[in-house]
Amino acid sequence: MNLFGYAQPMIYILFIIIYPITNKRFSFLILSFLLGLSIDFFSNSGGINAAASLFIAYIRLPILKMVSGRTEFDPVLFNIKSMVFSRQVSYLLTLILIHHYIIFQLTYFKFSSIVSVFIFTLFSSIFSFVLLLLLSSLFIDKKR
Amino acid sequence: MQHFFNFILKYQYFLLFLLLETLAFSLTIYNNSYHRSIFINSSNQIVGGVLERVNKYESYFDLNLNNQLLLKENTKLKNELELLKAQIGTSLDSGYLKLDQKYKYISALIIRNEYTKLNNYLTLDKGTLDSVKIDLGVINEKGIIGVVNNTSKNYATVISILNQKSKINVKLKKTDYFGSLVWDGNHYNILQLIDLPRQAIIHVGDTVITGGQSTIFPLGIPVGKIQYIKTNNNYYTKIDIKLFNDMSNLGHVYLIINKDSSEIKTIENTNNIE
Repeated sequence: MNLFGYAQPMIYILFIIIYPITNKRFSFLILSFLLGLSIDFFSNSGGINAAASLFIAYIRLPILKMVSGRTEFDPVLFNIKSMVFSRQVSYLLTLILIHHYIIFQLTYFKFSSIVSVFIFTLFSSIFSFVLLLLLSSLFIDKKR
Repeated sequence: MQHFFNFILKYQYFLLFLLLETLAFSLTIYNNSYHRSIFINSSNQIVGGVLERVNKYESYFDLNLNNQLLLKENTKLKNELELLKAQIGTSLDSGYLKLDQKYKYISALIIRNEYTKLNNYLTLDKGTLDSVKIDLGVINEKGIIGVVNNTSKNYATVISILNQKSKINVKLKKTDYFGSLVWDGNHYNILQLIDLPRQAIIHVGDTVITGGQSTIFPLGIPVGKIQYIKTNNNYYTKIDIKLFNDMSNLGHVYLIINKDSSEIKTIENTNNIE
């Protein structure tokens, strides 16, 4: 998908964003890697998506801790929707920005095109953000 | 040794992350080298099968248009054939013409077309079983499309001319000045001509064709028209070429097999050794 020449929203990272916080950290890491790899299979992009999605899967918990101001999470009770909306937004936005930056930096593969990388990252992130916000409201159960 | 195992146990989560990340990065770097024979691409059986099935249903929608295009090309080819028959008929009598087919064409269907990314690849529904090999040129009736870079039994991937790795030898139709066709990644129907000598005189609207200096494309396949020229101190700093093809709308293509390519490569290699 490509819009206006600059925005390429990537919504498959919804899986990484809303995956419940469990103690099965290893399987989560491997699943994220395989998810990115399967995207790479179809788009002939080597290991770009695998690298980016693995990275945000790894830093998801530290970022969640930073954003919510908590140090411990109860895996059963904690739900992303139970956070304040502004915190949800900053959690979502941080992960999207990091993910998209890695994708575009690895796609261009040189530092000389840093301006294009930033433009792509910015526009795509805004678009992914809007889409993911809508999608996450569909997938996350609010009552829990 | 005890310490070593303790270390691994303590950081096993981080080490797993490091291992997978290294794997992903090495795949990425490997992918950036021109020739790769690795399984992460859409020429493999599973992905190719999925893409083919999707394409089968999609292709019904533009059946009518494709039929018309084929009909048009058939007429053109039939006319050419008649013309050539007449020419051969006269020259066979004089006895200097040696009849031999130098290029062979295979038809294929694009089952996946990319044009929005920086490095675009196409996937074809023909593979090694149909004698598709690496480094075959891919064209259609309007112009060049790319070069095969990976094959499996039934599928092949093609480096599109819309790819940073792609660099194709072209020349101007009017004169014999050669240059290279590359893509800057901005617009999918506008490519750039580089390495053109400064003494070459060009105008907007000049036709660009393939140069025939490589064994991939024969001479004279149409590429596009010059759309924009920027000069600085008599040097050409930017030449934009508008393609005859619409790279976002591709269906049936032809692969070109050059029967003399191995012979040309052997003779060139002997020169290099000396």
